[in-house]
Amino acid sequence: MNTSDSPSPQRRFNTRLGLLLFLIYLALYTGFVLINAFAADQMETIVLAGLNLAIVYGFGLIVCALVLALFYGLLCRREPAEDVASSNAATTQGNSK
Amino acid sequence: MIYDPAPLAIFIFLGFVFGTVGLSFYLGRKAKSSEGYFAAHGQIPWGVNGIAFAGDYLSAASFLGICGMIAAYGYDGFLYSIGFLAGWVVALFVIAEPMKRMGKFTFADALDAKFNSRGIKGAAGVSTLVVSIFYLIPQMVGAGSLIQPLLGLPHWVGVVMVGVVVIMIVVTAGMVSTTWVQFLKGSLLVIFSTVLVVMLLQKGLTTDTSSFETIGPLSGQELKQDSIEGRKVIPATDGWQGTADKKQEFIRFIPKDGRAGYDVFHIDDVPNSDQKLLRQAQAVTGSGASKLVDGAPNGRGEGERELQPIGHLSKLPGGETSTGPLGPISFFTTIGDSEVILWGNTTIVPDNGPKTTVYYQKPTAGERVLRPGEHPKFAGIRGESFGDKLNFLSLMLALFCGTASLPHILIRYYTVKDGAAARKSTIVGIATIGFFYVLTLYLGLGAMTSGALDLTDTNMSAPLLANSIRPWLFAVISAIAFTTVLGTVSGLILASSGAVAHDLLIGVMGIKLSGEAQVKVAKIAAVVVGGIAIILGVLFKELNVGYLVGWAFSVAASANLPALVMLLFWKKTTKQGIIASVLVGMISSLGWILLSADTYKSVYGLNPDDAIAPFSQPGIITIPLAFITLIVVSLYYGNREDETVSEASA
Repeated sequence: MNTSDSPSPQRRFNTRLGLLLFLIYLALYTGFVLINAFAADQMETIVLAGLNLAIVYGFGLIVCALVLALFYGLLCRREPAEDVASSNAATTQGNSK
Repeated sequence: MIYDPAPLAIFIFLGFVFGTVGLSFYLGRKAKSSEGYFAAHGQIPWGVNGIAFAGDYLSAASFLGICGMIAAYGYDGFLYSIGFLAGWVVALFVIAEPMKRMGKFTFADALDAKFNSRGIKGAAGVSTLVVSIFYLIPQMVGAGSLIQPLLGLPHWVGVVMVGVVVIMIVVTAGMVSTTWVQFLKGSLLVIFSTVLVVMLLQKGLTTDTSSFETIGPLSGQELKQDSIEGRKVIPATDGWQGTADKKQEFIRFIPKDGRAGYDVFHIDDVPNSDQKLLRQAQAVTGSGASKLVDGAPNGRGEGERELQPIGHLSKLPGGETSTGPLGPISFFTTIGDSEVILWGNTTIVPDNGPKTTVYYQKPTAGERVLRPGEHPKFAGIRGESFGDKLNFLSLMLALFCGTASLPHILIRYYTVKDGAAARKSTIVGIATIGFFYVLTLYLGLGAMTSGALDLTDTNMSAPLLANSIRPWLFAVISAIAFTTVLGTVSGLILASSGAVAHDLLIGVMGIKLSGEAQVKVAKIAAVVVGGIAIILGVLFKELNVGYLVGWAFSVAASANLPALVMLLFWKKTTKQGIIASVLVGMISSLGWILLSADTYKSVYGLNPDDAIAPFSQPGIITIPLAFITLIVVSLYYGNREDETVSEASA
């Protein structure tokens, strides 16, 4: 299997979008880890509905991962090569599109 | 604790296992070719594959380990949930689609896609084997501890059972049936965990002040008497009297009702006074058949004692004794305003004879279990030591980078038909896994307050929580936990057998095999790896499940991720760079772990202070090290041989 063909514009778009969303999440995750490591007391602060920062930020990270993932799934462009692949393999794939 | 095997539990459990194996035989009839065996012909629908990701990933460590850790110490276990999920973001945004495009059967295929080098196949194959075997040990250990309470069989029987069933699943059908087993298990796990959380919230929280006795408050003078409140004190000798730098912690009484053994109490300070309060503790001496509980043989008969279940609230807000149904938010706010009894332990070392571990109650403000830093392994984040903080950062980094480099997760990208399907199945996986991890905090805290926990085995917290709500739920959750182990183990064994047959034998040694012969070799490899896993599972019985998974993540992140990422994003990567990076990452992280304080203490039984590695988690050093190795080696060979990716692929 070789991928020496130059990437299509769609693929380049998808890769960049992936990297951008990755960086957003990385920033959020780093923030969480750094607060835990260097200002653990801040995690007790009540921030929302009587819940402390530890729970709100923690649940927030999980929800955020899902939201970014869905966002990525919606925005990603179909790559031309895959149309061929999918029409070849579409026989048993009832729910793939 | 002594468990009663319930007929219903055994029935449900066996139903699950036979159902799973039967399904596997049924689906396995068609998987004769190597494409079918290793990659399910790339024909698995993405939705099914997504749930199967969850089945693969929510291993015994995720389910049993995290819930147990939260049940014992609160929020800290949830840090693992967050890290384990964050890793999926790396997998989705960076790794998923290129993995699918570049590879065919194994992780080594993808790394090697541009070079066709034996060295890369060899290094990647070996790292797959190492990571898989590390990951296998805790799964097997977990399976053994599940079987014990459920069927009343010894630990090793559980390990052998899992091994045999999994080898059957893998050998009969390979990736097709493995995927469906994981799909089944992933869905059941999430569905029944949700049911459990709903029932838990319906039940609400209650206080319990009667399970364990309290004596006092007493003055210092009263504590020195021969008898206290009509109970005769056993003189503190042979390790019980405390040492020069540690005061006496416990008082033992002769039981009033003529029972065997002793009643042991922890001496607690009363806040803002000189007085002391005695709270009942529990003591375990020795292990195995000669185990003593509170000084008497372990058992339920005449003259025997058993450990009492633990985990309760001592105070609810407003002096209530029961809250009634709670909402998902008020569950946390109520715990935050309550007082929880956690359990600490101290070891009493006599002049000769076996040691005694005494477990004692630690009344803890509810808000403390809702914040990080209560677990001994995480307490460092509240301290001043920079090494402890670095250790924490290192763990969180390894969790972040580890997921996208676990071989049994990576091979799942070859079961779908294209990059888009790989992407969609990862999104389904993230949704399923993320939802489950939200539940872990409820399950863990629910178990902490359920009054049903086993002091000596936190891994059983989630099933025991289920037992405290409905006995049939215990059977179902245990059976699912067992299939959880089956699913993860079969994925791991499949990944290892692929590494042996496809990467090492064909790729490195150059043996030519037809598709069917390749499958045959892979099946033999699966039996051998399964056998090794059974032996290790029996040997490492005592080790903490979550701890071993941490090893696997660190090694995977150090050995596999740098090579994978650089191959995708740096055009000057050379094959020498990849080989060096995989080997350096693998050897340095393994070496670090073997020389760390944790390993000294729990594996070799040596003094942890003598350990050579400055802190336990290697990731923060070894992941960058593997990146640097790749860059330096690639630049060196790139200049010398002019054999870079950009030219090869231009």
